[in-house]
Amino acid sequence: MSVHKFQIVIAMLGSISIASPSAAYTVYVSNEKGNSLTVIDSTTLEVLETIQVGQRPRGIMLTRDGKQLLICASDDNTVQLLDVSTRDLVGDLPSGPDPELLNIHPLGSPVYIANEDDNLLTIVDLPEREVLAEVEVGVEPEGVGVSPDGKVVVVTSETTNMAHFIDTETNTIFDNVLVGSRPRFAEFTTDGTQLWVTAEVGGTVAVIDPKTREIIKTIGFEIPGIQPEYIQPVGVRVTKDGTKAFVALGPANHVAVIDAKKLEVEKYLLVGKRVWQLAFTPDDGLLFTTNGNSNDVSVIDVASLKVVKSIPVGYAPWGVTVSQD
Amino acid sequence: MQELEHGQSFLIRRPYTFKLGPLVLLIGYSLAFLSQIPSLLALSDSEASSSRAIEEGAVVSIGYLKQEVKRLIPLSRLNVEPGDLGIAGAEIALKDNNTTGKFTKQAFTLDVERVPIGADAIEALRKLVEKGNHFVLVDAPAETLLRLADSVKDKDVLLFNVSAPEVRLRQEDCRANVLHTAPDRAMLADALAQYLVWKQWQRWLVLKGVHPEDLAYLDALHRAVRRFGATIVEEREYKETPGARRSDTGQQQIQLQMPVFTQGAPTHDVVVVADEAEIFGPYLPYRTWDPRPVAGTAGLKAMSWHPAHEQWGATQMQNRFQRFANRFMLPLDYQAWIAVRAIGEAASRTQSSEFASIAKHLRSDKLELAAFKGQKVTFRPWDGQLRQPLLVAGPELPVSMSPQQGFLHEYAEVDTLGIDQPESKCELAREGK
Repeated sequence: MSVHKFQIVIAMLGSISIASPSAAYTVYVSNEKGNSLTVIDSTTLEVLETIQVGQRPRGIMLTRDGKQLLICASDDNTVQLLDVSTRDLVGDLPSGPDPELLNIHPLGSPVYIANEDDNLLTIVDLPEREVLAEVEVGVEPEGVGVSPDGKVVVVTSETTNMAHFIDTETNTIFDNVLVGSRPRFAEFTTDGTQLWVTAEVGGTVAVIDPKTREIIKTIGFEIPGIQPEYIQPVGVRVTKDGTKAFVALGPANHVAVIDAKKLEVEKYLLVGKRVWQLAFTPDDGLLFTTNGNSNDVSVIDVASLKVVKSIPVGYAPWGVTVSQD
Repeated sequence: MQELEHGQSFLIRRPYTFKLGPLVLLIGYSLAFLSQIPSLLALSDSEASSSRAIEEGAVVSIGYLKQEVKRLIPLSRLNVEPGDLGIAGAEIALKDNNTTGKFTKQAFTLDVERVPIGADAIEALRKLVEKGNHFVLVDAPAETLLRLADSVKDKDVLLFNVSAPEVRLRQEDCRANVLHTAPDRAMLADALAQYLVWKQWQRWLVLKGVHPEDLAYLDALHRAVRRFGATIVEEREYKETPGARRSDTGQQQIQLQMPVFTQGAPTHDVVVVADEAEIFGPYLPYRTWDPRPVAGTAGLKAMSWHPAHEQWGATQMQNRFQRFANRFMLPLDYQAWIAVRAIGEAASRTQSSEFASIAKHLRSDKLELAAFKGQKVTFRPWDGQLRQPLLVAGPELPVSMSPQQGFLHEYAEVDTLGIDQPESKCELAREGK
């Protein structure tokens, strides 16, 4: 199928059945060691294309208009822009050194980029491709969460072990919350009432009230037969309706399913080896996991909580994101 | 699917080896993964609450005592010791602590005392303590460390042994006021032995020097052989006494000496060297009579840190250090870094700058120190030793990280490295301190 036809099909499906699980979305996976991007069709679960990108691509995210994909090319010290219609690299953002993860303001700009090497959060205007501000944060910043109302950005720093709360009006830190050791990812719930922060070395997830900045609960994990030190939470995603959270547990090779209302672990799903990041389809029908050590992506059916497929991708998959249509 | 058998230490699961095309070896393990069994651990939130309660202007003062010693020049000029070895590691950890301290309203200071050869280390420590440094990193020989520890035993002082590898410092000569971030020889030998056994190189030709430290490492090798099921096919002593470390005559003699020294040995898989004094070990690779890999104190070595270690976020540490010190980060730098970071982590977790609460947290299982090793590291309560995975590395790149999968332990696999609680001779173990 040509790219052109493919897009028409997506457009048609999108307009006919908005929330149908059969809608065809495009899944993008960054391959950290392969220096490439794997493009997957969410309906057929087949690989459509592999694109060579910059060195050590990790965090990836689509722009709010869905037209471009931002790729943290960590070892090239830049964020690359990929035009999703042509699948060509069309430019770079001045990201600062060693970008690892990024997030985008709900209005579409600016882009918030964690510079792991430099203890900075770089704030970049997307259309102008210009640095607006740099915010000094803790040692080794990594996860970046943006509140749904766009007023707060949260950065986690891995050696300082904090979630830093930054006011997007003033670009200054207004609070810091100590969390478990080596916090790696921050995710706001869709209603903005909770912030989920994973701690890789601590082996926990902190659920924080963004209003009071108090920890509502710290959730631990225990998988029979797996030594606790292998349980290393990295990526976390919460369904839009706020009922379920999924946590990638790294070298424990499992994804934890959490009842997001009771904040209790419901189930552990066996996925590929060294699971890093997670992404839902926009209808929350499927969840894709990147498995760095088995070079594949596991596909979880969210309704039945079953792993339905594993898709071989490039060398050391790390980041994942899914198109909105 | 296999379940890990708890309570059975040091069982080896042999890797399944098969060939996939020429030269490609895939090693598969059958690891135990039980899924689908939900469980939940709700942790206390008091340990990780917001940082607003901290008193303003709290300062944690850290001392660093370096006893200068006379060292032979290393055989390779690549291994010449930098003047700020260890100290640079402590300094960058101080920066890390103070970056965190910016947010927790805590400040950390570092006071470095270099004690010249022949000068009084006790007096230097007394001065450091007088200035308010209750946590002091010590880079000194074992004897000096013990004297230092005893000189402050009734004070609120905690020493960090960042360099001395003597096993006895964690055993019969252990002290309640010393934590060890340097791995001891038992840990180093165990880490290497696990890898060699995992690799199925179980028949060792051991080549040993005559110095006390060579023999101490040899003792650790003997213990590792018994624990992990290797065999020493022969032990040979290198008796030649070297003169100058280099001569205009050059490499020619060595090229002939090393093959002869290793000639006629029983069948072996690997040459294991116990030559901490570095008299002959570094000459062995590529010169043995039989073409065999070299490991031990030369060739493939176990260590706490390697300048090319990049896993588990270590890249950032290496970059940060290199920018700061304009050189590579070495094991002693890491051992000092982790001591200062441990103090910083305990101070931010306890939200305190008080000696007693920091010292208590350091020894507790609540310490969650991220150390670029893929798991948190903590201090063993029974002997004060930092339990940590160790790198097994060649000169240019790390080869593996021990403990190796398959060496099982009742509680924590990392305790398969070094002397475990049941065998500990440290009185602290029995006192439960």
